[in-house]
Amino acid sequence: MTANETPGTSTDLAVVGWAQAAISRRTDQTETQMLMSAITDALTPLGLTRADVDFTCLGSCDYITGQAFSFVANLDAIGAWPPKRDSHVEMDGAWALYEAWLRLHEGDIEIAVVTGSGRSSTGDPSLIYPMEMDPYVLAPLGADLVTFAALQARAVISAGLADERAMAEVAVRSRGTGTVEELLAGEYVREPLRRHDLPPITDGAVAMVLATGDRARQLVERPAYITGFDHRTECHNPAFRRLDDSPSTRIAAREAGLDDRGLNGRGVEVAELQASFTHEELLLRHVLGLGDDVAVNPSGGALRANPIMATGLARIGYAADHVFGGGTRALAHATSGPCLQQNLICVLEGRS
Amino acid sequence: MIPCAVVGVGQTHHKSRRRDVSFGGLVREAVFRALDDARMTMADIDAVVLGKAPDLFEGVMKPELYLSDALGAVGKPMFRVHTAGSVGGTTGLVAASHVRAGKHRTVLAVAFEKQSEGNAQFALGSGRGASLGAGGSFAPFVRAYIQRSGAPEHIGWTVAVKDRLNALKNPYAHLKIEDISIEKVRNSPMMWDPIRYLESCPSSDGACAVVITDADGAQAATAAGRPPAWILGMSSRSEAGSFPGRDPVRPRAGLQCAEDVYQEAGITNPREQIDMAELYVPFSWHEPIWLEAHHLADEGEGWKMIDDGQTEIGGSFPVNCSGGVLSTNPIGASGLLRFAEAANQVRGAAGDHQVDGAQVALAMAYGAQSQYFSMWIVANRLQPFG
Repeated sequence: MTANETPGTSTDLAVVGWAQAAISRRTDQTETQMLMSAITDALTPLGLTRADVDFTCLGSCDYITGQAFSFVANLDAIGAWPPKRDSHVEMDGAWALYEAWLRLHEGDIEIAVVTGSGRSSTGDPSLIYPMEMDPYVLAPLGADLVTFAALQARAVISAGLADERAMAEVAVRSRGTGTVEELLAGEYVREPLRRHDLPPITDGAVAMVLATGDRARQLVERPAYITGFDHRTECHNPAFRRLDDSPSTRIAAREAGLDDRGLNGRGVEVAELQASFTHEELLLRHVLGLGDDVAVNPSGGALRANPIMATGLARIGYAADHVFGGGTRALAHATSGPCLQQNLICVLEGRS
Repeated sequence: MIPCAVVGVGQTHHKSRRRDVSFGGLVREAVFRALDDARMTMADIDAVVLGKAPDLFEGVMKPELYLSDALGAVGKPMFRVHTAGSVGGTTGLVAASHVRAGKHRTVLAVAFEKQSEGNAQFALGSGRGASLGAGGSFAPFVRAYIQRSGAPEHIGWTVAVKDRLNALKNPYAHLKIEDISIEKVRNSPMMWDPIRYLESCPSSDGACAVVITDADGAQAATAAGRPPAWILGMSSRSEAGSFPGRDPVRPRAGLQCAEDVYQEAGITNPREQIDMAELYVPFSWHEPIWLEAHHLADEGEGWKMIDDGQTEIGGSFPVNCSGGVLSTNPIGASGLLRFAEAANQVRGAAGDHQVDGAQVALAMAYGAQSQYFSMWIVANRLQPFG
């Protein structure tokens, strides 16, 4: 349904700005403080204030923050006075954008701010991630995210979609440091994954401004129109899935208007993929049919900065940057769950 | 905006401990009842929206991941909402938004809590000591209400008795206190002055599911003799929790949320035009507080409606005919239960606790320090006010 929206109709929506805060290995700022900066920095260049925002949707995770109801304090950052039309998702901010995209399509309001935020530095990911697994048969194993990723990496390698060298090349390109030979000399963390195949631990927040078409055109010269947006989930247990494929990514891409020939035959110039592990980028490139002419993760991707709960929204932000800078078409991907269980595709386009 | 309606409602039997079912089993119990009610199967569902309160309650992080199979969400969009105590209501709103936006045709809203798996009091304090718990947080607001309104103390007892009597008519309700009486409530232990034990909500395991579809689906249900509940207005509003001048007894977010839904539904006199309400009342005194904070009674007058019996089934403005949160409280689902009960009332499907001739109903949920509000207005037809 989303693929055939007519440009220029009253239902078109666009990203008009975004900003990040902290994005560092460890910050002493609270999540609320990070969001305070990110939201201000996203709104100010547009000449907007918090009073202009009709709807807010925040994305964060209590278990990352280590506190129940952690998002409640973040109402201070959105300036919820007078009270805001507001929501919160226990998901990456990319899904907060999806909710805002739905909400603005209802047609009665014009501007939304969405965020993603998290401080992974305060916890131990290897203790936290087992708790998102099936509580009866998988969580008790205590296997962490890296272990499940290694299982998928093996499947991707066996399918001929990657090898350790290609994975090291992804790491070098994403981080812009080191050489493939140096990286391949490193020890395994979980075979076949080496340290360079893993994402960093990052604190950070992302805020994004979404506007209806008419408002967007008033606010910026070149809005990044959302022309396709979909997300899908899969069976949870990695043992019941084909780990050398990502059917949910494929469905989401199709629903977002991406087919075998690209975006209805029109090419994507940039793809920002939430690939936290090197092999995930190679798998996603394959599933999405991205050719060598597509620039994948020019931002450095999740391998360079991985503020959990904001990493996916940042992908959409960088894809929007491509359009703001004169680009025609960019694709962003976000994911959640073990071994790419849940995947989201957002297509952004500029207009002449 | 695409008009939408509730065409299926389901819930579990609620208990302190549902040891007979897993998390997956619990949500499926509600989901299958909702699908049966809608004469649908999971194949008819285009997207699933899951809501629940903090994951720390059960110790399962982002359980929508694990529940994707149980909820029939594989290959579909699966969305997770968490807006504190209001989350069940917001889950209904977000599911409806999927349809209103014109992006999905039929959406399943599911909310659950399996509180027996953990310790809610511990989780409310994030595992730190000295958690006030919900009762401790709200007692000062209740005292402020009593001081301001001059309400006599039996008002709280009266609400506690009314909702428990209503629960005796609801086969799914958790608490069934056959011999409930003013005496019994008055003599129950003081928990957080002035809130007594029997003026407090229980802690429940349970789930609720609602099927929301577009106008075509709703009209098909009507044609098949299964009237839908049209969603005429919906809103969620939030405000910051602590700053000088904030009034948690009459929160502006609650007033504004009510104004939003009345305006959208074309309601100018809510007290007259709404036939019944399911309000989120975890402690008895929240009934008069919300009657006043949602423009259903003038300031200082809400308790008089209760004293006069107007909020009983058969009264002029029945509230919480299902027994409400005071009788059934799987926290994350408690909001959606309100929204589902309101829908069933206007569908004429509320069984023994049906309000005769209910055509327009309000459902409301709130959360945190009375900061998050969500509401919808449902009616038995798209334009009930001509």
